[in-house]
Amino acid sequence: MPEPRTNGCALVTGASRGIGAAIARAIAQDGWAVGVNFRSDATAADAVVQSIEADGGRAVALQGDVTDPTSPDRLFELLESTYGCPVLVLINNAGVSADDLTPSMSDEAWSVVIDTDLTAAFRFTRRALKPMMRARSGRIVNVSSVVGLRANPGQANYAAAKAGLIAFTRTAAVEVARRGITINAVAPGWIDTDMTADVSQDLLAQVPARRAGTPDEVAACVRFLASDQAGYVTGAVLSVDGGLAA
Amino acid sequence: MSVTTEQVESRVVETLASFGPDASQITRSATFEELDIDSLDLVELAQVVEEDYGVVLKGEDMKELKTVGDAIDLIVERAG
Repeated sequence: MPEPRTNGCALVTGASRGIGAAIARAIAQDGWAVGVNFRSDATAADAVVQSIEADGGRAVALQGDVTDPTSPDRLFELLESTYGCPVLVLINNAGVSADDLTPSMSDEAWSVVIDTDLTAAFRFTRRALKPMMRARSGRIVNVSSVVGLRANPGQANYAAAKAGLIAFTRTAAVEVARRGITINAVAPGWIDTDMTADVSQDLLAQVPARRAGTPDEVAACVRFLASDQAGYVTGAVLSVDGGLAA
Repeated sequence: MSVTTEQVESRVVETLASFGPDASQITRSATFEELDIDSLDLVELAQVVEEDYGVVLKGEDMKELKTVGDAIDLIVERAG
């Protein structure tokens, strides 16, 4: 474990399990104190915090629904006061899916996915940019999806949110690039998590790598984009999909 | 809370200087265009003003501002 960073800390939304948990653990290995945000599963979030601490890192579990407009201020202030420094790394990872074919999709299924996967990322990014602009430094990584790049029947809401997240990433990145802040996206393909547990194994045939990815493989890419070494990468979308979008 | 024009002026000049232009160029009549102060700089200036004086300047407020003096006057007016 490297020297703890004292100039800033990190926040990962939706970090109690799956890709978010792997990202929180990976970022902590670079010395960042990490806010492990979760909505409902406190036990899982505590387990992530404990595994980070067991490796010599620092982390704190932060309950909060990302779709609540008051959550960004509340969570950032909690993290800022816990570690006494601004949030200089934000990973917008929290996401939900509510699959249905477009002709039968309900307004609720549309809205919950847009609110969680797109609007919340905007609100957290807006909050993060204030201290990052002052610090002339910051890293934001948005967890998009291969579905934002190519069609996947049954996920029109998820696809719209994840494609929107990519367009948001590019534009916001350009707006703040001269402040030393980078904003990038990763676009995971089929990753072995609870969210993909119901996905038909037939889809595996479409993946050039012929296997599902792991949360750690996505986390490694996010860790790079959040690192000092990635300072000249901004507005980029890194596919982590075994070649599915290639 | 009451602030003097001098206090606001000195804070605005200090903040604008951190964006690049030489402090000596930052006069009341200087335009943001001349100083190469762009919209993102003004967003950051608004943030400083909000933190220091509790004055909320929105995007549309900032769009109306052409000179350093315009900004100082607006902040003093709102803070008063």
